[in-house]
Amino acid sequence: MNQAAEKPNATEPPASARFIENLKAFPNRLADTMFRTGRPQSDRTRATFVFGNVFLHLHSVRTHQWSLRWSTTWGLGIATASCFFILLLTGVLLMFYYKPYPEVAYLSIKDIHFVVPTGRFMRNIHRWSGNMMVVLVLLHMARAFYTAAYRAPREFNWLIGMALLVMTLGLSFTGYLLPWDQLAYWAITIGANIAQSPREVTDALGITEWFDVGGLQKLILLGSEDVGEEALIRFYLLHVMILPLAVVLLMAVHFWRIRKDGGMTRPADAEKRLGSRVDGVYPVFTAAPEKTYSLAAIVKGRTAAVGEGPEWTLPSMPHLMFAEAAVFMLTIALSVILALFLDAPLKEVANPAVPENPAKAPWYFLGLQELVAHSAFMGGIGIPSIVLIGLALIPYLDRETEGTGNWFGGPGGGPLVFRSVIVGLAAVVALEALVIRFGWLRQWWPATPQLVVTLLNPGTLLTVLYAWYSLWCLRRFDSTRAGALALFTCFVCGFIVLTVIGTYFRGPNWDFYWSPSQWPGH
Amino acid sequence: MTIEAKPTNGARSRLDPEAMPRRDFLGLTAWWSAAAALLFGFLGSMRLPKAAVLPSPSKKFKITLPASLASGQAYVPAGRSAAIYKEGMQVYAVSTICTHLGCIVKATDSGFDCPCHGSKFAKDGAVLKGPAPKGLPWIEVKHLGGDNFLIDEGKSVAAGTTVTV
Ligand code: HEM
Ligand code: FES
Repeated sequence: MNQAAEKPNATEPPASARFIENLKAFPNRLADTMFRTGRPQSDRTRATFVFGNVFLHLHSVRTHQWSLRWSTTWGLGIATASCFFILLLTGVLLMFYYKPYPEVAYLSIKDIHFVVPTGRFMRNIHRWSGNMMVVLVLLHMARAFYTAAYRAPREFNWLIGMALLVMTLGLSFTGYLLPWDQLAYWAITIGANIAQSPREVTDALGITEWFDVGGLQKLILLGSEDVGEEALIRFYLLHVMILPLAVVLLMAVHFWRIRKDGGMTRPADAEKRLGSRVDGVYPVFTAAPEKTYSLAAIVKGRTAAVGEGPEWTLPSMPHLMFAEAAVFMLTIALSVILALFLDAPLKEVANPAVPENPAKAPWYFLGLQELVAHSAFMGGIGIPSIVLIGLALIPYLDRETEGTGNWFGGPGGGPLVFRSVIVGLAAVVALEALVIRFGWLRQWWPATPQLVVTLLNPGTLLTVLYAWYSLWCLRRFDSTRAGALALFTCFVCGFIVLTVIGTYFRGPNWDFYWSPSQWPGH
Repeated sequence: MTIEAKPTNGARSRLDPEAMPRRDFLGLTAWWSAAAALLFGFLGSMRLPKAAVLPSPSKKFKITLPASLASGQAYVPAGRSAAIYKEGMQVYAVSTICTHLGCIVKATDSGFDCPCHGSKFAKDGAVLKGPAPKGLPWIEVKHLGGDNFLIDEGKSVAAGTTVTV
């Protein structure tokens, strides 16, 4: 006790009381230490909140008001990323029970579906948010395209985005095999043979013996000649390790580039169109910075913001963070609702001797399946490659500036897009109707050589028609952007119509039926 | 005092700037050799996923043709992808794996139908309709005596090759 008496500060409470006090203060202290620089309560701490956090610093500290309008992005990119996080979480949970071995895999999915607590719910969420991610990534790409957001300095980020698109499709394709049911087995058999389909061309040229890319691709994908245990473990590895890692890396680059490229694309007159400033809520930055010259040396851009504050921006915390959280919550809500009402399908166990009839790939590949039903190589590899290369080239070919940041911006604009919708729909519907009603080359002249069938089929014809129409638009408006608007719109229409036909109007033997109720019993 | 560099005909003087500074040259060499090494290392390690031994189940099997098999009627052993025909004294087998994208075709009275994208084949495997790029391959049949045959799905033979019983 004499130690306490020696203390300089006699008013200090005893240790036991301090202990209780510290314990009571613990939650607040924890929060304070978590935020490193204090809680985001002033403009300054709101800034440090963002740049002092390893995850949040992918955002810039302040966000332009234009970026925060719903109509700028519709939150599609964040919704895509949200789906990915939902998939990571539910996927890891499914891995507790899933066993990647033929037959056993099927039984473990059955267990997850019928026995494991919340198993069916988690599986459903995983399935439906996987589907949502594909839809959202496509919509997000369309948004970036129609607002001309791929233009300088965002060309490279468009390419990163394309890589993400391919990875997303790869994730759903590899995931489709894992349940090892009939649906899975036959869809992947078809997919693997599409990888082999360059043989269609090399065979016709008689060079397969020396140059067999098709065979090599299938061999590497399946690790065997048929879909079996080797294929299952490869798809599993891709699905749970390689592709998710690649997506995480690419997403980090994608987001970082958004920040470094100056945030969301906005029209040149964005500030004028925003109207009056939202004073008062959280005042926009007012004090002009005292020093800009040191930054001017390293920041790219045409106009240096000399003597101007970063006008029209709001602190990212809370404005952007709350918007992102809202999109995240909406995405979760949607996938949970879907999961509550719709069960993920599970057919009979895979049977290599009897194909499903009709054997359908996941719905977003059914447009391709419709093309593949004319030529495996053109539908499965040729046309998709042309589309991907075309998309990748867009930012490097369209170097105009008119309409950047505006929906359907550019020469021609909305009316051109509208006309392209009509042309795009008319062409694909007419061609499909012709094929369904009258058949194609081989029915007319059974001896048609394979190379002709490969080169001259409804898919290639449609591609040529679309390309021709968009070249015409390019000339007419004297603008690459006009051509791109026409071509992109046409392809979107083609994709939608072919997907709908493949999904709803194709039955056994890939014959056309107005409704599944007319399918012959089998 | 200045030193005059005397340009000798053709040869570069020590004092002239080098065409490519030596450091730059060494630096570039280092970068490119590192890149080449990584590339070859990567290609080399990509040999691993390319299986040398294919773990497919055996594709050889024995069958006994039922005595009741009519001429021109397909006999498809359960779980196998081959259709065996007996026409008079001739026996032959046609693969039932569609040459389009690998679905199993179904034997019909007139030949074969593929359920996946509607290819149709004649009894001898020739393409009649649809996207299949070539006919169904004929596969090896060996006569073991009596009504017994050995079929090897893994070995294709020229169309028209039959075994005489
Ligand atoms: C996994 C897939 C993807 C994720 C998670 C993702 C995420 C995002 C996010 C969060 C943004 C911020 C703005 C917004 O929400 O729209 C964005 C912007 C952008 N994305 Fe993506 N994205 C993906 C795929 C793609 C694809 C397929 C493309 C196009 C080929 C693309 C091109 C772009 C471009 C150009 C921007 C900048 C837009 C602007 O400045 O206005 N992204 N992305
Ligand atoms: S697999 Fe037979 S028609 Fe496509």
